[in-house]
Amino acid sequence: MTLEVEDLRVHYRTLRGDVKALDGVSFSVADGEIMGVVGESGCGKSTLGKSLVRLDNRMKHVGGSITLDGASLPIADDRAMNRFRFKSVSVIPQYAMSALNPTRRIGRLVADLLAAHGISYAATLPELTRRLRLVGLPERVLENYPIELSGGMKQRVVLVLSTLCDPALLVADEVTSALDVSTQRAVAETLVEFRDRGYVRSMLVVTHDISLVYQIADTIMVMYAGRLAEKAPSDVVVTEPLHPYTQLLIGALPEVGARFSERRLTGIPGRPPGLRNPPQGCRFRARCPLAFDKCAEQPPFVEVATNHRVACWKAGS
Amino acid sequence: MLRFEAVWKTYRLGAFGTRELTAVRDVSLEVARGEVVSLIGESGSGKTTIGRMALGLAAPTRGRITFDDVPVAGLRGRALRGYHRQVQGVFQDPFSTFNPVFKADRVFALVRDGFFPSVPAAQWRQRVEDALEGVRLEPADVLHKYPHQLSGGQLQRMLIARALLLDIRLLVADEIISMLDASTRIDVLNLLGELKAKGLGVLFVTHDLALGTYISDRTVILRAGEVVESGPTEEVFAQPRHEYTRNLLAAVPHLHTRWNEPVK
Repeated sequence: MTLEVEDLRVHYRTLRGDVKALDGVSFSVADGEIMGVVGESGCGKSTLGKSLVRLDNRMKHVGGSITLDGASLPIADDRAMNRFRFKSVSVIPQYAMSALNPTRRIGRLVADLLAAHGISYAATLPELTRRLRLVGLPERVLENYPIELSGGMKQRVVLVLSTLCDPALLVADEVTSALDVSTQRAVAETLVEFRDRGYVRSMLVVTHDISLVYQIADTIMVMYAGRLAEKAPSDVVVTEPLHPYTQLLIGALPEVGARFSERRLTGIPGRPPGLRNPPQGCRFRARCPLAFDKCAEQPPFVEVATNHRVACWKAGS
Repeated sequence: MLRFEAVWKTYRLGAFGTRELTAVRDVSLEVARGEVVSLIGESGSGKTTIGRMALGLAAPTRGRITFDDVPVAGLRGRALRGYHRQVQGVFQDPFSTFNPVFKADRVFALVRDGFFPSVPAAQWRQRVEDALEGVRLEPADVLHKYPHQLSGGQLQRMLIARALLLDIRLLVADEIISMLDASTRIDVLNLLGELKAKGLGVLFVTHDLALGTYISDRTVILRAGEVVESGPTEEVFAQPRHEYTRNLLAAVPHLHTRWNEPVK
């Protein structure tokens, strides 16, 4: 068991009250598992990824616990987390392209980063160049400034940097969203390769692109309005989703070859509820075609089949 | 309707324009009435430059762009305004297109001030409501609201409604759905499909092949400013002739099929 998240609650402080971005999220990630986290914008998926690594000062840890390899992660304590960051939990931020300091050569940047964690640059260099070569980057990128690299190259540099200490958990937040299709594929496949080679033990891939995450993830977790809607092996989520939200989300995806003139796809009417005062009961109720009286009550996130959990009253029956 | 004939565009860069960057090389294409042409390419392939030239926001370095056989590049003043009455653009980021301190009805009022100063306010209001209903927005939901109170899909549809107020015949849609969620994306695409049936021509610029095929009649694939392949959408996707198109198609993530499995 690598990661265990129990009833995690994270709120954002705003002048008009707390925004309940994560409201009771529990799940676990096994050794060597790549878990995809998908959902619409504002559903809390990025907050989930961030809260495992660093809460920024607007975020408040309200409740719940996170355990990594049996040790509890002190996510509410920014200082205490320093010991875990980079070495056991690492992140590839959403805008990896702007994560690199533009005034430093890549090599200098790596040296600074390692020094901050008390690791020798000279001793790490052979491994670093080996991994750079593995992702198709020549050793001389260390002499380059970030501006001299393309978007895909920068993304791969950040990927190599974040995993340099073989972290137990890597959070990849929308790493492929800003890339072109062919680069997207290369970066996504590198993520899998890093897992296979053991550079990263487990991974949380946060994205809005279900078709992409389906390519690389073992498990897919669908979030809606700060809660989990469905979690299952990726084949199950895509072929036989049980939560109406997942079904509608997958139904809204145009495939290459789908044509407007032949078969009309439909979107999901309405928009997700605001999380300052989330509605009682099932949060998808207002947009759900199957909603009935019982949905006024919060559905539990229950296991309906092996490894398949759903929060919907209609799913179990 | 809109025709590009061997169009080139070179940008001058650096101090005193010492360096040159050719963004578009020898591109010829045509958009007819009631036709959606999708322009697909990776970043830096010149697709946005083509969109800007179609809107008359940039002049071609060489070649001719004509709309109903009138050259677009030479339009100035009143003629350019008349052109924009027929051709409008909608861009990628709906959140930065709107002025954040203007409410939605003021955005529409500006269109009246600019293009139809003689239309009385009451009649204009009716036209705004019709245009909003045309893009399947409830007028009461969006008018009198600030942009930050509306969702991305609503804003993007409002931009299309704003364009429709001008009786446009051609819409340049530059990555209009890239910023939207999957749940609202398809609504905007379906809307374009409906408008197309009413005779609107659309130049649909995108990097997403799946979205490109969904509504387009013809597809133009660009690489580094050059047309790699173009033709009816079914043909380009079913039998890509160019190596580049094949590679691009192979990299698209599909549901139900993994990259390393053969396509079913």
